[in-house]
Amino acid sequence: MILVIAEHRDGALNRATLETVAAAQQSGGSVKIAVVGSGVGDIARQVAAAAVAEVIVIDDPALRLYTADGFVLALAPLVEAEKPDRVFLPHTYQTRDFAPALAARVGRPLVTDCVAVKGAGYVRPMFQGKLQAEVSVDGPHIATFQIGAYRADQVTAGPAPAATRTASIAIDASKIRQRPEPPFKEAKQAVDLSQAERIVAVGRGIKGQEHVQLAQQLAQAMGAELAASRPICDAGWLPMDRQIGSSGQTVAPKLYVALGISGAIQHLVGMKGSRTIVAINKDPEAPIFEIADYGIAGDLFEVVPALIAELTK
Amino acid sequence: MKIAVCIKQVVTREWQLRVNEQKTWIRDHDASFELNEPDAYALEEALRLKEKHGGEVIVCSAGPARATQVIREALARGADRAVHVESDALATADANAVADALAGAIQPEQVDLVLTGLQSDDQGFGQVGVLLAGRLGMPHATIIMEVQVDAAPGQGAVRVKRELEGGWFQWVGLPMPALLTIQSGINQLRYATLKGIMAAKKKEIRKVVPAAAPAAQRIASLYFPEKGKKTQMLAGAPAEAAKELITRLREEARAL
Repeated sequence: MILVIAEHRDGALNRATLETVAAAQQSGGSVKIAVVGSGVGDIARQVAAAAVAEVIVIDDPALRLYTADGFVLALAPLVEAEKPDRVFLPHTYQTRDFAPALAARVGRPLVTDCVAVKGAGYVRPMFQGKLQAEVSVDGPHIATFQIGAYRADQVTAGPAPAATRTASIAIDASKIRQRPEPPFKEAKQAVDLSQAERIVAVGRGIKGQEHVQLAQQLAQAMGAELAASRPICDAGWLPMDRQIGSSGQTVAPKLYVALGISGAIQHLVGMKGSRTIVAINKDPEAPIFEIADYGIAGDLFEVVPALIAELTK
Repeated sequence: MKIAVCIKQVVTREWQLRVNEQKTWIRDHDASFELNEPDAYALEEALRLKEKHGGEVIVCSAGPARATQVIREALARGADRAVHVESDALATADANAVADALAGAIQPEQVDLVLTGLQSDDQGFGQVGVLLAGRLGMPHATIIMEVQVDAAPGQGAVRVKRELEGGWFQWVGLPMPALLTIQSGINQLRYATLKGIMAAKKKEIRKVVPAAAPAAQRIASLYFPEKGKKTQMLAGAPAEAAKELITRLREEARAL
C-alpha cells in the first residue's frame, strides 16, 4: 500500500498533491491519502474524488498552522498503524521541512526529489540535474516527487467518493517546539506561480529593468504570469517571488515562454516539466533550446513586439 | 553565542562531469572542488550573527581528507575553528550517514545554533539539516530568510523568517539550541582576505573518525539524462516567425 500525504494551505489543495496521487496510482497496488490539519473536511472531500482505497483525516486544532513537530506528531503514529510499503509526498518546501524528521522518527529511509518510480527504486536528479541516478532503497521507505514529474490530470477518478475516516490521533500541543506566526505575502502582487497555466519568463537577455514591461505586455496578451531567472530577481528588476529555478519556484505550466534565458541548469530544474516550452534567444547554441518544443533564434526586442501584434490582431 | 556551521566540499559547478566505469559515481579523482554554494550562505549568516551577538563560529564538515580545502576556506573567511569528520566513505554517503557523522562531531560542542545550507550541489538530498536536528534533539526550521536572536539571558530563542512557496513567508519562533537551514541568497557573501588566509593556518581543525554507517539508499546507476525533446526551430523574419509560433501554439500545442 502507498500512503500519499496531501498538502494544502489556506483551505486550498496544492495541485502537487494530485501529481503525487497520480504517481502512486501508476505504481500499482492500493493507495490511501492522509489529510492533516484543522478543519480540513473540504480538502478531504476533494482528494476523495480520486480512485483510492481510503482517505484518512487527522484533524486537530494544534495542526491549524503547519509546524514540522506537529506534522511528525500526527503522521508518525499513522505510518506506524497503517504500515504502508511506501509513503509518497510532493517535493515542496513544506515537505522538505518535515519529511526527513518523519522518516527518522519512523526509522525509514527517505528518497527525495524523484522524477519517476522505477521498479522497486526511483529516478532522481543529481549534480543539479546534470546527471540522473537510479536509486535503490531498502525496505519500507518514504519518497518525494519533483513538481511536474507526474501530471495532476492523470489522476484516475473513482466511481464514487472514496471512504473517508478520521484517525483517532491526539496531538500533544506542548510537544510542538516551533511557534508559528500566520503566513503572509511580502509583495502585494505576489502570485503562486506553481498554479499558473501559462508563464512568460525573462532572463539576462532583457538587458534592463525598463524592458521588463515588454515581457509584461506579452504575458498579458497570452494570459500568462510574469516570471524570471535568478539574475533578474537578484538585480531587483522583479520581486523574488517571481523567480523560477532551484532557488526559486518549480513550475510545470501548460505553456512556458523563455525570453532571453540561456538555460542554466539552476533555471531548467525549475521549469523543464512544463508541457510546452518556447525559447526565444539570440544565441542559437543556448542550452534552453535543448529542452524547448519551439525555438526562435532571434532578437527578443524584434520577436516579442511581433508576437504581441499577432496576439492582439 | 556558539554557532556550528555545516559545510560540504563538492565538485565545482564548471567542472565537466564524467561518470565512472561502474556508473555509480563521477570520476572525481581529477576534479576541482569548492565549497558547496548554499553552505557559503549559512557560513556568512553565522559570521554575521557572531559579529552582532559575539561568540564563536565552529565549522563542521564530514568528508574525505581533501575537504580540508573548504574547511581552510571557511576559517579564512572568519570561522574560529573546525571539526573535520574524516572518512573517504563520506564523499558518496547517503543523508543518514552524513547526519550521523555530523551529529557525533557537534554533540560535544554544546552549541546554541546549528546552521546548514539548503542542499548540496552534488547529491542534493536536502535532508541532512533536518535529520541532524533530530539527532541533536533540537527543533528546526528550514529555508530561512532572516534570523533574529533574542540574546537576553535565560531566554535563548530565535525568531526566523521562513520562505514558503508562492510568495508566502512566515515568522517562526524556536527555543535554542536550534537548527536552521539557510536559503541561498539571503546575504552578500564575503571573501577571504589575505590576513584571513594567514590567520586560518593557525586555527584548530579537530579531526574525528566516524563510526561506519550502513547506507539505506544506493546509486544503482548514474547517467546523463536523455535529451527528450525535438525542438522545432522557427526561422524567418521576426513577424513571420511570430505568426508561425502563435499558429503552432494554438493549433498544434493547444497552449493558447
